[in-house]
Amino acid sequence: MDTSINRKLATPNYLQRLSLSFSRDSALLGGILIILTVLMGFFILAPMLTMFAKSVQDLNGNFIGLSNFTAYFQSSAMLHSIANTVTVGLITTAIVGVLSFSYAYALTRSCMPFKTLFQIVGSAPILAPSLLPAISLIYLFGNQGIAKELLGGASIYGVIGITIGMAFWTFPHALMILTTALRTSDARLYEAATVLKTHPIKTFFMVTLPAAKYGVISTLILVFTLVVCDFGVPKVIGGSYNVLATDIFKQVVGQQNFAMGAVTSVLLLLPAVLAFMIDRHVQRKQQNLFDSRSVAYTPKPHKVRDGICLLFCSTIALAILAVIGMAIYASFVTFWPWNLSLSFNNYNFSEVSTYGWTPYFNSLTLASWVAVFGTVIIFIGAYVIEKGRGFGPIRQLLQMITIIPMAVPGIVLGLGYIFFFNDVNNPLNGLYATMILLVINTVVHYYTVGHMTALTALKQLPAEIEAISASIKMPQYKSFFVITLPICAPAIMDIAAYLFINALTTTSAVVFLYATDTIPASVSVLNMDDAGQTGSAAAMAVMILVTAALAKVIHLIAASFINKRTQAWRQK
Amino acid sequence: MNTYLNINNLVKKFGNFTALNDISLQINQGEFICFLGPSGCGKTTLLRAIAGLDLATSGSILQDGKDTTFLPPEKRDFGIVFQSYALFPNLTVAENISVGLHNQGKSVAEAVDIVNHWLGIIGLSDSAPKYPSQLSGGQQQRVALARALALSPGLLLLDEPLSALDAQVRSHLREEIRTLQRKLGITTIMVTHDQEEALAMADRIVVMNHGVIEQVGTPQEIYDKPASRFVAEFVGNMNFIASSVVSDEHIRIAETLLPKPKESLKRGDLFDLAVRPEDIQFSEDKQDLPVQIKAMEFQGTYVRTDCQLIGEMNAPMIKIDVPIREVRSLGLNNGEFRRIRYSNEFSHIFPRKLNQSATTNTSAVEV
Repeated sequence: MDTSINRKLATPNYLQRLSLSFSRDSALLGGILIILTVLMGFFILAPMLTMFAKSVQDLNGNFIGLSNFTAYFQSSAMLHSIANTVTVGLITTAIVGVLSFSYAYALTRSCMPFKTLFQIVGSAPILAPSLLPAISLIYLFGNQGIAKELLGGASIYGVIGITIGMAFWTFPHALMILTTALRTSDARLYEAATVLKTHPIKTFFMVTLPAAKYGVISTLILVFTLVVCDFGVPKVIGGSYNVLATDIFKQVVGQQNFAMGAVTSVLLLLPAVLAFMIDRHVQRKQQNLFDSRSVAYTPKPHKVRDGICLLFCSTIALAILAVIGMAIYASFVTFWPWNLSLSFNNYNFSEVSTYGWTPYFNSLTLASWVAVFGTVIIFIGAYVIEKGRGFGPIRQLLQMITIIPMAVPGIVLGLGYIFFFNDVNNPLNGLYATMILLVINTVVHYYTVGHMTALTALKQLPAEIEAISASIKMPQYKSFFVITLPICAPAIMDIAAYLFINALTTTSAVVFLYATDTIPASVSVLNMDDAGQTGSAAAMAVMILVTAALAKVIHLIAASFINKRTQAWRQK
Repeated sequence: MNTYLNINNLVKKFGNFTALNDISLQINQGEFICFLGPSGCGKTTLLRAIAGLDLATSGSILQDGKDTTFLPPEKRDFGIVFQSYALFPNLTVAENISVGLHNQGKSVAEAVDIVNHWLGIIGLSDSAPKYPSQLSGGQQQRVALARALALSPGLLLLDEPLSALDAQVRSHLREEIRTLQRKLGITTIMVTHDQEEALAMADRIVVMNHGVIEQVGTPQEIYDKPASRFVAEFVGNMNFIASSVVSDEHIRIAETLLPKPKESLKRGDLFDLAVRPEDIQFSEDKQDLPVQIKAMEFQGTYVRTDCQLIGEMNAPMIKIDVPIREVRSLGLNNGEFRRIRYSNEFSHIFPRKLNQSATTNTSAVEV
């Protein structure tokens, strides 16, 4: 007893405590956290900061305050671009909002037949680069398009083309969120509405819409951001209709005016960040609408409603298939519109471009590396951030950095990478235009979604797993491999597939970062289209689509195989 | 008795919030200790500091003579069971128990023996190849217990292990844990907010509130001799009867003069006389407190009666638990005027809590 009371010693200082609490687990954890912090510093923070710096410098790198911005806002052409960007963003958002909500409603709340088929067709555009709908629309409604008359004399080049192209490309993104939002609905609310003799239309506005409210807001924000930040569609079909994203491209690639490119980027970043912040706010509110006590809603057959749903979904699905089908058909047409005989001529890429098939294989390499390397780093990163013990401040900092990439449009990120890595004074300059930098850039671009997926999976694990492991003397790395990894296998495969497909289809960031030997397929689509080789551009876009679809099929097969081995415990 | 765990002046702060304020506590080898208190009282924080899951801010913890205050959990010697079972969901029952054994360097054959031994003890021999999701809550918690104990740790920590279970399973498992703990003689700390559980299981109870220890004692001591008003209120039911000392011999409750229960009380003192409902009896003696029965609630083995003090309409009801046999022999009826008495031996004296009486008054008026 005496000794214990005399032991009221001075509390050990920070260093002593650190050495006392040192163990193999904490060393490993600390090491990974430090590496991750350094990587994120170099590949997320530094490029963004350099871009901000460039926007307040003149061409020689002298600080000139906000005069670049003043110059920008004095140019009527620039102001026009802003107005155009907002216009096309709002129109597309409204259209996609209505169409995708109705489509999702039909998929989740009706008893129409062929739901799986409609689900697949509705999601298909996600496998295509955004350039594909643009090229396809040119074949359909362009100057020599087969259905030109349908537009009644209006030109597809400009706001109409951009809107339809973006609507096609953003539709599956919207559909994904809305089907989730509408699927998790509490049947008891509908029973209560029926008991209260509420008219079905009133029920829709009283129950259905409020329950999906946050999903709808999220969708609208996402679609708007995607439209405003995409550069592929307006580049191909925009004609003289300038938007911010194409401005950046023209300023940087056309005029080598980096300062103005940086200013435009900052302007493009503003709505993206704003939208992102609203979305985060909304997401936080969304939780707990559907809890374990809720009863899932199952629709009952209703002839009129199901008929209308079937008709509507068929129309949309046909439109999607028409756009995809047109691109595929056009890629086989020998010489549009004069020689409509089918051949593989357009696939003979070495005929039309010095690169030949190289871009396609570059893209495969890029996508494979992004999938492998990205999945490993994203999952380990999410694990140490979520399940680490101690190092609280670093983990919080990393958690904040991981959400930055989502708010940064790809083209802005790409520009930041030029500024930072294409600087001869930067020791990392050697990375510029290499495949390694393309891989890193693409991983960063899609980091946040992968990170969120990993976090969601990790949060489903009991929080005490690590405490238990420590108490039974199981090293943390071992519990990671024995417990965490197998349980999260489905999420890990989802992340890998997501990264692979997006690395194949992305145009925005990589357009600034490729070299002649690393040019990806999506960029070559753009170049061939620019050079008037629309047929070959369509062919390459189709190659990307087919490869992405194949990757998805392989993902599904591999997932069912691996799930059988790792998820057996889920069966009751 | 050997002191196994020695906690001295332990402080834990989360920013400006002091979760543990200068905690000192000695736990003997083989003891079953319950940390009891309302949520947010610091009992779980103390358990986590002992496990090393949240390191203390200052103070010291000595386990088996070794200073463990700032050691990470993997360098300490304990087994832990959580409310949420926290079984490894993708491992079978047998694997859940054996995974720790392999880490300890046990051979496969040894591990199999130990696993079978423990599965036998917890009565789940047939469930070895099942996954946790195929077991009931009570079965899962048994596996969690076996997993914690299979490594023969020196200290067993139980963090509300029974709170997620149904009442029947809970009382059954309560006995099992207690029997097993006695058999193994393992020093055990259980965190609980369920006083019944603490009273039934513990050798000693540590009652905590607002990050400090209110009382340490055997269940009997805690129940019969609450050291503070908080303990008296928190553990079991207690009537607080407003009283005042009117002379050297007498106190006054409502309009009745009664003999002074404690010598130390001085004339003019205002205090609350605390008596448990089962320690009050109805009597015929004209000296005793007159009350009117306002409500009778049948509870099976006893009747809970609410009585109003005559002459003090604003005072809170006095609750009295009367065994069924006595209700019959006395012929108690609702609305009757009766007299009650208590014994000084089982009554306690606490200083009057002024704002408290104000609030109870208003609630009494509402009733």
